[in-house]
Amino acid sequence: MKKFLSAVCLAAMAASIVACGSGSGAAATTAAPAATEAAATEAAAETEAAEAPAAEAAEAPAGGDGVFVIGGSGPLTGGAALYGIAVQRGGQIAVDEINAAGGINGYQVKWVFEDDEHDAEKALNAYNTLKDQGLQMMVGTVTSGPCLAVVEETADDNMFEITPSGSTQDITINDNVYRMCFSDPDQGKKSAEYIGEHGIATKIGVIYDSSDPYSQGIYETFDEEAPERGLEVVAAEAFTADSKTDFKTQIQKMKDAGAELVFLPFYYTEASLVLQQSKELDYSPIFFGCDGMDGILSLEGFDTSLAEGLLLLTPFAADADDELTQNFVKAYDEAYGEVPIQFAADGYDAVYVIKAAAEAAGITPDMSVSDICDALKGVMGDIKLDGLTGENITFTPEGEPDKAPKAVVIENGAYKAMD
Amino acid sequence: MASFLTYLISGISLGAVYAIIALGYTMVYGIAKMLNFAHGDVIMIGAYVAFLIFSTLGLSPILAVIVSMLACTVLGITIERIAYKPLRGASSLSVLITAIGVSYFLQNSALLIFGADSKTFTSLVSFPPVKLMGGSVVISSVTIVTILTSIVIMIALTTFINKTRTGQAMLAVSADKGAATLMGIDVNRTIAITFAIGSSLAAIAGILLCSAYPALSSTTGAMPGIKAFTAAVFGGIGSIPGAMIGGLVMGIIENLSKAYISSQLADAIVFGVLIVVLLVKPTGLMGKKIQEKV
Repeated sequence: MKKFLSAVCLAAMAASIVACGSGSGAAATTAAPAATEAAATEAAAETEAAEAPAAEAAEAPAGGDGVFVIGGSGPLTGGAALYGIAVQRGGQIAVDEINAAGGINGYQVKWVFEDDEHDAEKALNAYNTLKDQGLQMMVGTVTSGPCLAVVEETADDNMFEITPSGSTQDITINDNVYRMCFSDPDQGKKSAEYIGEHGIATKIGVIYDSSDPYSQGIYETFDEEAPERGLEVVAAEAFTADSKTDFKTQIQKMKDAGAELVFLPFYYTEASLVLQQSKELDYSPIFFGCDGMDGILSLEGFDTSLAEGLLLLTPFAADADDELTQNFVKAYDEAYGEVPIQFAADGYDAVYVIKAAAEAAGITPDMSVSDICDALKGVMGDIKLDGLTGENITFTPEGEPDKAPKAVVIENGAYKAMD
Repeated sequence: MASFLTYLISGISLGAVYAIIALGYTMVYGIAKMLNFAHGDVIMIGAYVAFLIFSTLGLSPILAVIVSMLACTVLGITIERIAYKPLRGASSLSVLITAIGVSYFLQNSALLIFGADSKTFTSLVSFPPVKLMGGSVVISSVTIVTILTSIVIMIALTTFINKTRTGQAMLAVSADKGAATLMGIDVNRTIAITFAIGSSLAAIAGILLCSAYPALSSTTGAMPGIKAFTAAVFGGIGSIPGAMIGGLVMGIIENLSKAYISSQLADAIVFGVLIVVLLVKPTGLMGKKIQEKV
């Protein structure tokens, strides 16, 4: 009975791949038949011996084609869909560019991407689907929660993985996983560094969400780093998920403490309330946010004049005038008709990191997933690249990126790069 | 001093919103003897309707309030007819679980219709704020309107219940459903009216809540709903002035403990006070002690 069920499940998976393929344009459609075949053969194989190491099965179809299969998963539907779609598109642009320029080590690259709906369990299913499509190196997952679940699996398979935007610290706990964005604790540190180095303010107030590990984590490292950078945290006030509408008390305390800059390490929905209530209380310090603040201008109905002068630490500004950014923004706009957000830039850079490492290690598509991973791990410490999200990006042995923090400021209702 | 007044005023402002929501809870409980946990979500729907009329369609704020109240009234009566009426004879536990089900149904329907990203609600109240003590204390216009509205609603409800025939019928149903039926009171109709009034109050509460705190999403009503329910218990569930006082006290305690004790512990302190009050006075501040007759 169990065997029958798993066969049915696999058949359903195969069917869904075909369905996805027909839905998402020409590039994906060509990938579908091969994937279906792979899934069908595996269905037979796995019903025989469900315990067989999945990695072996995954290598077979890709190696023969002489292409590298790079891919990942992220939310393409649901509340966080904005992020997944951006990474998928950013990665697609990078892969198209690489293929047009002759591929990696002379081999073309195939880009595969699955929907995980920002859900840990679905991310595991998506990862298995990706392996069925011959995944060799992973750019993913996009969001932290699912990523924590998937890193367990990629460690077992020894699959090379770089998350474009999963910022929770524990994601890089295994040595096969790298990160493109700053981790949560690093964001706190880099924010303090940025504020101190640019002499933006010295008296700092912090409001943070003590019920959210993301916000709490950033606050703690910020608080630690601040004295090192000549900053004085004059007030630090928390709120929780249960009382995240009324911030007037916290704001009044910032005002009383004489904070010149208020650091807001949480998401833009709550931040929009803080901005509005500060205005009601006639308090106008400099506000400074992290990557969670990205998106505040697209909040429906939000009075963008409230966000005027708001600074946010984000690795990417679409209006930066360097050539790389300009070309990327142009290509993105031509392909998808919109301005890319930082997640798209993260996805783009992550693909180029893989390219740089793959060329340094001289890998070929016929190598096994595990051999590729070992080869790439060996060179990750040596590569250095200029990407959309920073110049001279290098990686620490812990898998964290080392790059200078960048910030953008909101001016006339639009993001503008700070120098 | 100026800071203290600011804390106090923002506490009263939050408390007044809790009070209006609590009035809806307490009315339905007092008369139908059921906890309508979907009340918080009716608030959210009310706010969405007002948002559609005022922000999306750009029509007048008064029309937004009226349409939103009508929509919530219809919604309230429909929920009562479909979900609660068939359970009139069932145990209160079944009704409670049904109410939680309705609550999730409304939340997820809103998620489906309006999407997951939160909308910024444009305040329907637009006259300038009042400044005291040379500008160091600012009372926003929404705060003033919220406090006045809650007082007006409280007085109107009390008068309605004590002075009109329908109000008297409600009291009778509340005291003894069986006897009320024997006296020729249409119990189903009376309960439906209760829901209609409670739900139209929810629309007002939703509009004021979102005018003061303008992030509108499918879970907007959930937490204020729970807090207002607590306020209703605090003040004595079933008692209209009790709901009002409970709401204000909750809001003030919440904000003052945020200001002077700990912003992280504020909720723990509020609920701690609730426990103490219930230990000393199990029926809440204004609750009536009802002798069970055997």
